[in-house]
Amino acid sequence: MASFEEILQQANACGDYRPVVDAIPYAKLIGLDFERFGEDVIFKLPNNPDNIGNPILPAVHGGVVGGFMELAAAIHLVMFMDTPTMPKIVDFSLDYLRAAKGGRDTFAECQVVRQGSRVANVTINAWQTRRENSVATARVHFLLAP
Amino acid sequence: MSEDNPYFGRAARFIGMLKHTQVLGMKIFAATAQSLTIELPYNKSHVGNPSTGVIHGGVLTTLMDTACGTMVVNALPDIELCPTLDLRVDYIRAAEPNKSIFALAEAYRVSQNVVFARCTVHQGNVNKPVANCVATFMRIGSHLSPPEFKQAILGEAQ
Repeated sequence: MASFEEILQQANACGDYRPVVDAIPYAKLIGLDFERFGEDVIFKLPNNPDNIGNPILPAVHGGVVGGFMELAAAIHLVMFMDTPTMPKIVDFSLDYLRAAKGGRDTFAECQVVRQGSRVANVTINAWQTRRENSVATARVHFLLAP
Repeated sequence: MSEDNPYFGRAARFIGMLKHTQVLGMKIFAATAQSLTIELPYNKSHVGNPSTGVIHGGVLTTLMDTACGTMVVNALPDIELCPTLDLRVDYIRAAEPNKSIFALAEAYRVSQNVVFARCTVHQGNVNKPVANCVATFMRIGSHLSPPEFKQAILGEAQ
């Protein structure tokens, strides 16, 4: 079986990042998916009863929304970096704007605001029905050097 | 401990309601009026980097959001549903694989509309933290919180 580094290198060489996502257990646990449209990527967190927090609303657990956004940002960065390594998260700031309703898919889009030689600043927008009606926005710093 | 400590009981019933915390395997380790600790045993399905076996930051985010949110439940006079407004996390060092992680939370200010909480994640030594977070929660008021939510947290004793 190929190591994770080999999977990253292979993905970087051929542009297919599906095996990278498949190799990350946490991605499988929450069900993270993605689709590329040229240079654009939309990440998807499909409706999954296991991701529910409050059962009375019901709503997706806020932590899962956060974890989905963090993971989306890391994979987004991996897709557009020259040297394929898994970036290390340094800090994360997350604003919850409305409840992510259970029974719906959640989507996320990332933007690399600044990528230096050692640190990258990435913002993430997450929504369910319309992009403009964000359920959460976040900003992550990643350390790029191993 | 759980029988004669109302904080432990409330906290355990609260996280017992949250499906995803059960999927991850969180359990209340300790609870008082001032602080709360949740334990999360290591599980391979939590891994974010397969080459190191280190759990994903998202698992820590969920753990800290849950620990702060559960502490908020214990810090308020009546049961209130308090949605998270924001969460700010520092990942200080990678969690060691194959060891439990503990989230120690406090609600350091309860105001009329907002509760301010903080949380430290460690692996047995609180002076060697894995992550720190501060979070704010909006109070929607006891009268607006669903009765079935209150009932589920108070349990049969009330």
